[in-house]
Amino acid sequence: MTAISSDFPSAPALPKWIAPVLLLAFAYGVVPLIGSSYLFEAILLPFLALSLAGVGLNILTGYAGQVSLGSAAFMAAGAFAAYNFNLRVEGLPLIGSIVLAGLAAAAIGIVFGLPSLRLRGFYLAVSTLAAQFFVQWALTKFSWFSNDSASGVIDAPRLSIAGFALDGAIGRYLFALTIVAILTFLAHRLVSSQTGRNFIAIRDNETAARIIGIPVLKTKLLAFAISSFIIGVAGVIWAFAYLRTVEPAGFDLDRSFQILFIIIIGGLASMRGAFFGAALIVVFPLALSRLGGFLLGDLFDSGVLDMSQRIVLGALIILFLILEPDGLVALWDRVRRRLLFAWQST
Amino acid sequence: MTFLSTVKAAALSAAMIVSVALPAAHADEQYFPLQSYRVGPYAAGGTGFFGGFIDYLNLINIRDGGVNGVKLTWDECETQYEVERGVECYERQKSHAGAAAWNPLSVGIAYAMIDRITADKVPLITVNHGRTDSTDGRVFPYVFPLLLNPYSETSGIVNYIASKEGGIDKLKGKKIVVLYHGSPYGKETIPIYELLAQKYGFTVQQIEVPHPGNEQQSQWLTIRRAKPDFVVLRGWGVMNPVALKTAVKVGYPVDHIVGNVWSNSEEDVIPAGDAAKGYTAITTQASGNSYPVVQEIVKTVYGAGKGNLEDKSRIGSVYHNLGIVNGILNVEAIRVAQEKFGHRTLTGDEVRWGFEHLKLDPAKVEALGAKDLFHSINVSWDNHEGEGYVTFQQWDGKKWNVVSDWIAPDWALLRPIIEKSAEAYAAEKGIKLRTADDANAVTTN
Repeated sequence: MTAISSDFPSAPALPKWIAPVLLLAFAYGVVPLIGSSYLFEAILLPFLALSLAGVGLNILTGYAGQVSLGSAAFMAAGAFAAYNFNLRVEGLPLIGSIVLAGLAAAAIGIVFGLPSLRLRGFYLAVSTLAAQFFVQWALTKFSWFSNDSASGVIDAPRLSIAGFALDGAIGRYLFALTIVAILTFLAHRLVSSQTGRNFIAIRDNETAARIIGIPVLKTKLLAFAISSFIIGVAGVIWAFAYLRTVEPAGFDLDRSFQILFIIIIGGLASMRGAFFGAALIVVFPLALSRLGGFLLGDLFDSGVLDMSQRIVLGALIILFLILEPDGLVALWDRVRRRLLFAWQST
Repeated sequence: MTFLSTVKAAALSAAMIVSVALPAAHADEQYFPLQSYRVGPYAAGGTGFFGGFIDYLNLINIRDGGVNGVKLTWDECETQYEVERGVECYERQKSHAGAAAWNPLSVGIAYAMIDRITADKVPLITVNHGRTDSTDGRVFPYVFPLLLNPYSETSGIVNYIASKEGGIDKLKGKKIVVLYHGSPYGKETIPIYELLAQKYGFTVQQIEVPHPGNEQQSQWLTIRRAKPDFVVLRGWGVMNPVALKTAVKVGYPVDHIVGNVWSNSEEDVIPAGDAAKGYTAITTQASGNSYPVVQEIVKTVYGAGKGNLEDKSRIGSVYHNLGIVNGILNVEAIRVAQEKFGHRTLTGDEVRWGFEHLKLDPAKVEALGAKDLFHSINVSWDNHEGEGYVTFQQWDGKKWNVVSDWIAPDWALLRPIIEKSAEAYAAEKGIKLRTADDANAVTTN
């Protein structure tokens, strides 16, 4: 794990901000024009939501070194909080509900972050499981959270910002993209600030960090709060922009693992890692499944195809991690360096 | 250059996926997008139901050459009963032309699809399950909880328990425990049990079993302490055999357990072995393969080697027969709509009109070769359930035996509750109530 892997020495002469800006310009300017509803609804929206969750978890796990298995619980907290703020506070704009939802998730994050003051590593991971089970239980047990809906499923409200309706696929995509871009930018600023360096110091050596005067307890709780805030907002995107309906069971332990795998496969302590990992976890199985269905759909039933896709996916993940244990980001940088080298030497 | 070749392979496969253009619309084909599940904890239900559905569609194609010459087509997309996979499948399959109706067989997926299918104007069929208030066609024009919505099912079960006790007035002072699956499907009936308990004077205790339900020791110990007169098993998948086995372990008599419509299959009782002997469950479609339509499927479809079930002993099982009944309902709705709009590929809205005029009386059901397989259905523009009848079957260790007549749920009692809930939903979502005239305005292209 490099300290701040977004700076790599052999970067080309172009300034660092060029690539993200070009990417954003493409995402805003070109994708809405050429994308199909399938691209937005089935690929980009879950990709954006899970990427943001990955960014959030990466702050906690990648930068501050605190392992958490409660990510899905914070997503659920964010989704249900936004729903209830929106429902119960008259006249609150959508952005207000989202910020309050993030804060609610952050508060829960701080509470379940308290054990981190005494526990580390696997023990901390196990204690964050408590968040996972408690939040899901509370949301199921108290039907107030789902406005006493019989089946415990909530319907997302209409999305509109300052009078603009964002209910169509493209509107929801732009809504999600904007939130993800802003929060990722802020997260990026955060990790290169003094606070971010404090996170890394605690991750690398807690005792040393304490000795050089970093307030360890405060910093750890801050990491939990910020990470849960971002994951909570990711939960709002998942519920409001992507599925548009939500039940507590949708935020189960599997989802927490999924987010953890995203950052491990994508690359710990890297903003881009979350996006790379989410791309692999979200997009790749779909691509595989469509390819499998297209090539072999007439020969095998969908169950057999699904099972074989899992095997292929599992094998590929193992392969990726053997090729590059630091994640797809490191792999990408290596490929890029080689390509640049090959280009310069011709 | 392993990395380069990896990248190249990825790019190639991406290009191939982009080029997987969906086949263009053919004239005279009606397409069924099947969001099926053949793996995961609920695969038994998925393979049986979708197997029966596909077998019936095949029967229509092979025997009749389609519906009035319009060939039926379908493809499957695996959901594993998970909501986000179901949504992905929806987005994937909806671009296919000529979609007749969606049949996801999952309450969670159905909930997520309601807004989407309403915008796209294609019917969503949730046979024997679904969102109860979608029965109200004024608010949910495209959702059809055909045959039996969860409230009717509850009413049927309570009426059956009353008949075992010797009359509805004998329910007073009795105690019923409902053991339900921890999912949107499982929770759907919580309020109606409370309401019926108040109305008839019995006490009800509702206990949740978390998904998927393979550990129920503590729930059954609670039941043993509560000593209820009856336990209603509102399970799904692996939860059911585990419930029956655990009941034996804690000494609760199995003949006082009544299964609901998703706890009534061979796959629920066979794994429980002797523990299931004497267990009774509600159903809308009897099991067995003696019905003419099932016989024809065996002869025509399996005879031609096109049967969908790998295990032929499952032909005529509860889920398989439900799939067949679901096939009958879908195909007959298309037939009704074709009589009005012409023998051609119909739009989703035209098929919706067909479902809203789907009336199969017992004579028509007999003509379809399904006498005693299911009773009848009578759908209208504002009643999307269609007044299905229920019956009860008891497991004797080898097969299900029908132990009751066809019973009518108490629709008059339930309708005002359903309307109230649907109107609340309409108010929350800003939906204008549909009228009979609106229902007759059909989008034809």
